[in-house]
Order: sequence, then C-alpha cells, then structure tokens
Amino acid sequence: MIKPLAIRNARIIDPIAKSDVSGDILIIDRKIAAVGSFDAPADAETLDAKGAYLAPGLVDLGCFAIDMAAFAAGGVTRVALMPDQSPALDHAALVQRAAAAGKPDLWVHPIAAATKGLSGNDLAEIGLMKAAGACSVATGRHWIADSGVMYRLLAYAAALDLVVIAHAEDGGLTSGAVATEGEMATRFGLPAAPAIAEAMAVARDIALAERTGAAIHFRQLSTAAAFDLVRAAKARGVRVTCGISPAYFLLSDIAIGGFRTFARLSPPLRDNDDVAAAVAAIRDGTVDVICSSHDPLGPEAKRLPYADAEAGMSGAETLLTLSLALVRDGVLALPDLVALLSTAPAKLLGLPGGTIEPGAEADLVLFDPDAFWKIDSDRMAGAAGNTPFDGLPVQGKVLTTIKGGVIVK
Amino acid sequence: MSANLPCPFPHQHLTGIYGLMPHEIAFLLDEAEQWIALNRTTTKHDSRLAGLTLINAFFENSTRTLLSFEIAGKRLGADVVNMQVSQSSVKKGETLIDTAVTLNAMRADMIVVRHQSSGAVQLLADKVDCPVLNAGDGRHEHPTQALLDALTIRRRKGYIAGLTVAICGDILHSRVARSNILALTALGAEVRVVAPPTLMPTAIERMGAKPFHDFDAGLDGADVVMMLRLQNERMEGAYLPSPREFHALYGLTPERLERAAPDALVMHPGPMNRGVEIVSSVADHPTRSAITEQVEMGVAVRMACLDVLTRRRRGVEGWA
Repeated sequence: MIKPLAIRNARIIDPIAKSDVSGDILIIDRKIAAVGSFDAPADAETLDAKGAYLAPGLVDLGCFAIDMAAFAAGGVTRVALMPDQSPALDHAALVQRAAAAGKPDLWVHPIAAATKGLSGNDLAEIGLMKAAGACSVATGRHWIADSGVMYRLLAYAAALDLVVIAHAEDGGLTSGAVATEGEMATRFGLPAAPAIAEAMAVARDIALAERTGAAIHFRQLSTAAAFDLVRAAKARGVRVTCGISPAYFLLSDIAIGGFRTFARLSPPLRDNDDVAAAVAAIRDGTVDVICSSHDPLGPEAKRLPYADAEAGMSGAETLLTLSLALVRDGVLALPDLVALLSTAPAKLLGLPGGTIEPGAEADLVLFDPDAFWKIDSDRMAGAAGNTPFDGLPVQGKVLTTIKGGVIVK
Repeated sequence: MSANLPCPFPHQHLTGIYGLMPHEIAFLLDEAEQWIALNRTTTKHDSRLAGLTLINAFFENSTRTLLSFEIAGKRLGADVVNMQVSQSSVKKGETLIDTAVTLNAMRADMIVVRHQSSGAVQLLADKVDCPVLNAGDGRHEHPTQALLDALTIRRRKGYIAGLTVAICGDILHSRVARSNILALTALGAEVRVVAPPTLMPTAIERMGAKPFHDFDAGLDGADVVMMLRLQNERMEGAYLPSPREFHALYGLTPERLERAAPDALVMHPGPMNRGVEIVSSVADHPTRSAITEQVEMGVAVRMACLDVLTRRRRGVEGWA
C-alpha cells in the first residue's frame, strides 16, 4: 500500500479548466483524491512544492525507445512507443510485451506497425494488436509509398477506430536526402530534398483519410505548406491532427552548420520561413500535439560524417523546458501548452492522463518555469545525449515527476 | 618574418575555402609560385619537411589527386604514407573516428583526407592533433583544386578580379564547383554556374554564383570556361535523359566556345569524359586549354599547403 501524498503550496496548472491557481493536491492509492484545500490523512507524506508549478504528467506521442531515466527527468509519465523497434511491433505478442515494459514508473502504450515489418507492403494484424493493447497504428519512420496500401490501411483502421499515425515525407523526393534543399545544403554539399516533399505526402494522405473517414495524425510536421493543408482540411471537417517537436519551432537548418550530426533529424530542419510557420500553426491551433520524438542514439550512430549519421534526437528530457519558450514568447498560455504536451496526446490516443481532477491517475510533473540551466549532452539522464540543443542556456526545469502517486524523479 | 606581424595563415587545418579571407587565399597562391619554379628544375627537391610523416588517407578512389599529394610531400622531403580504402580497416567496420584516433596515435604530422561523405574531413580534423588537409569530401569542398585553378587562371590572365568565370556541368555533385565559387568570388571574379536544373543546387546564388540553365547564355563573353565531369556514379534516378542529350545541350565544342571571350581559357579538373562534357579538340587545344597546366599547378599548390600548414609544427619563426 502506497502512503497518501499531499503536495502543498503548488501552482496548479489545469489544462482543461485552463486555470493556473495556487493550491494543494492529495493523492491516495495512486489517484488524485482532492484538489484545492483538504485535510490530509494522518499517515500522509507531504511534499512542499514551494510555489513550483504542478501539471499533469506529459504524454509523449511517438517515442522510439523506452528510456526510463530520460522520461522521468523530463516529466513524462506515459509514452506512445513507435513501432520502429527491433523487431518491429507488427505482432500482438510484441505489442503486449512492449506495453508491460515500463510499469509501474512509466506506462508504455505501443503503437502498432501498419504493415508487416514496416515494409509498406502488407497490412499487419492491426486488429489483433489493438486487442493486445496497441493505442494506434503507424507507418513508422517512413511513408507508405503505395497509395493503394495507404488507402486500405486507412479504411481498415477507421473500422477499428484506430488513429493512423503517418510519417509525412514523399519518399520519391527524399530518397537519399539528409537535408532540406536550400542554402545550407548547397554550401555543405549535402544530398537534399525540397521541403515540398512533406506537403506532397500530407496532401495525399489527407485526401485518402477524407475518402475513408479515417482519423489521421501526422506525428511531425515542419513546413508552412503542410500546416496550410492541415489547417484547410480541419476547416472542412477532416479528422486530421498533427504534431511537432521543439526542434522544428526553435531551430532552422542553420543548426546543421559545422556538420553537426545532432541536428540530423527526420524530417530535416527547415528554413526560417518554415520555422515561423510552425510557430503560427501552434498559435492558431493547427498543431494539436507537441512531442519529443525521443530517439536516443549513441556515438555509433552519430559520430559519423553528417550524411552517414542516423536521424533522430534525444528529446524527452528537454521537451517541457524547450516548449516553455512558447509561453515566454506569448505564443501560448501555460495551460494551453500543457494541453498540447499532455491532454491532447492522451485524448487523441484514447489514453488516460492529461487531467488534474479527483479520480484521475496521479500522473504529475512539478516544474520551475524560471530555473536557469544549460543543456549538456554529456550530462543527460537518458540513454544518450544526442540533442541539437547541446550547450544552450535554457529556462524552466522539471523538479519532480510523479507516476501513479509515486515519485519517480 | 617578424614575430610581431600577424600570421598570414592562422588556420590549423585546410578543410575548405569557406572561412578563408581573400588575402589568405592569395597568400597560398603566392607561396605556390616558388614551387612551380623548383618543379621545373631537374632537382625538384627541398628538405624542409624532412622527418615529418605525411599520411594520405584516401577513403575514396583517386589516382590523380593522391599522386599529386604524394609527389608534393616527397619533393618537400616528408615521409609519405598512402592509406587507401582497399587496404584500410574501414572495410572491417572501423569508424572514421577510430581511424582518426589511430592515425593520431601513429604521430602523423599532417593528414591529407579524401572521403566520399561531405563533412567527413571536418569530423576527422576535430579528433587529431596534427593539421588536416581536405583532398575532397563528398560534394562539399576540394580546396586545393580551387587553389590550383585560381593559380592557373592568375598565371594565364595575370589577374583574377574582374574576370568572368563560367563553371559548367554537374554543379550539384561537384565539390570542385563549391570550392571554386568561394575562392574565385573571394578573389573578385564574377562566377557563373551553368547546368541543367536537375544538376543545379538550389540557392547557389546565395554562395555568390549566378546560375544559368542555358549553356550559350552562360558562356557569353566568359573569360574562363571551367568544365566539370558528369559524375554518373553519384546519380541514381532521373537526373538526365542521356549522356548524348547532355552533350548536345551542355557539351563544350569549338562552336560553343566561340560564345566565350576570344581568348577564353578552357579548364577541367579531370578526369574528363571526352565526348560528353567536352570534346577532345577543345580539351587538347594547344593555346586555349589549360588542363595540363592545372595538373602542374596542383603539385605546386599542394607543396605550398603542406609547407604552410606544418610551419607551426616545425617551429618556423612567426608561426608559433
């Protein structure tokens, strides 16, 4: 039996009520028992928040590794795990095993592979995988080139009420590319693809989703043209959502200067106009989710010439910290930011989480939005420190992560 | 040189033309001049690099450039070791950084690197203690080629500033084009790049070059016509309909050359695809073609670079 926990003197950020008020929270038996003022049981432990902010734990949509230390350090209490594992999550037994991987400190919600081996050819047993605990279905790191397969996937997933998470890059255009066409790729002599590759994929998949009535989620969008397509589709009622990770609203392709492989991402970093469009899309609600795309890659994958390095960044630990820039810049109010990091991804995947009310699972993050620190890739808590933000002075730090009423950091 | 004067070339490595000041480029060209004279004698030897170990680490096939660096190193008295990819541990899965650490442990005094990936030379340079010289990395840079081209032009024309140089062919895949754009614009030339749209990098004008898709327009009045090799090995997919069509639209023939200035210089970094980007009668023209002279300048430029980059190591006064 876990002792009751009373968190006193917190600024409680409620993304649903959109409120930001001082108060206390009582946790009993892994659930939130009371919010506001209450008399704690005699055996309750007390945590003095000292005025720090308390929000629902982050729900990270689309991570590539179960990296407990990184998630705890970043305030993440639930992750939707991408099917790009070894082997790919294309079988019910694999899904079941992945779902059990993190408990009780972290809940892992596997995303089923849309096609066998993520090859893009034959549909995987997504119905059986749903029954085994898959929260959605994804195309993985690549798009499905065959429009017929994508069409049937969307139709099939719609009948199962599964959201399809799509990677939005037209593979014909991006084949071999490691950067976005533009001045940086030209100067550095890097194989590059036009940014329109993203919109090409988004346009096709929106058309197919509209035809089938399926719900489609683009895990990472990064270009003005793609956001425009999503914005327009939403306006006419298509069940489309999209996500972004901080690199795309904070960094442009200038960050690849010096052949910095930590900035080698998929999709690649874009130009300044696209970065501005990303911020605008977050501001106007086109973007539904902010995720980390956590993909810890060691030196074997990154200490290589730029074009030979693998794409991906370690992002869970810095997800909240970097996203707080949106609040400081006046793009979002803090409760709205928390909604993008927690409530929206939980709702999108039909998961518990993202709320801060009596009866909800006590998944919480306590953070100081003003604390200054410096991101240091050598001192990351997670499996690897491959962050393009290495060395960046930042503001806002996770102090405590609570999963199911238990302090995990 | 007095120790009080600023060092004329303060860089530890030569990974590219990017980052060099115009006077630093000119300094290397000036230094190369003395080696041209030496190379034309029967002695061809200077012992200033005696005792130093030069490793030519070539991860990508090369004959001409490797030979040029080997001759340059030997003429300066260095112990030259050639490490080619077929002999190296890279094929056994050793990473570039492991190789760098190994070369460093062997106390190389200078490492010349060629690699098929852009940025590989910088990565290696970050991990070793001795100077590193880029002999071509992917599509990124080939600084000594740009220097030897600039030296060839300067000697033939007497100056570079104000000249119009047309670089023609496969610009997209060319490290030679990138280094030449940077070097020649820094020295005051107007640089045009001529290529079909599929072989033209986007935003090339941001590097200071003026792009042309029409070969004749790009050649119009040019003082120097620099042809590039069609790099078929770097092309997968529909870049061009055929070499025949490329030749028809972008091949340098005597008739085409008439578009350029009457005394236009013809250059090519080699190896040439004769009959594709250039025809033999132009390539071998006794007065217009500077192609063999480029090869000669290559040795002199590389001697200059090896000399300059090792001066700090050799304790030359003013280079501490």
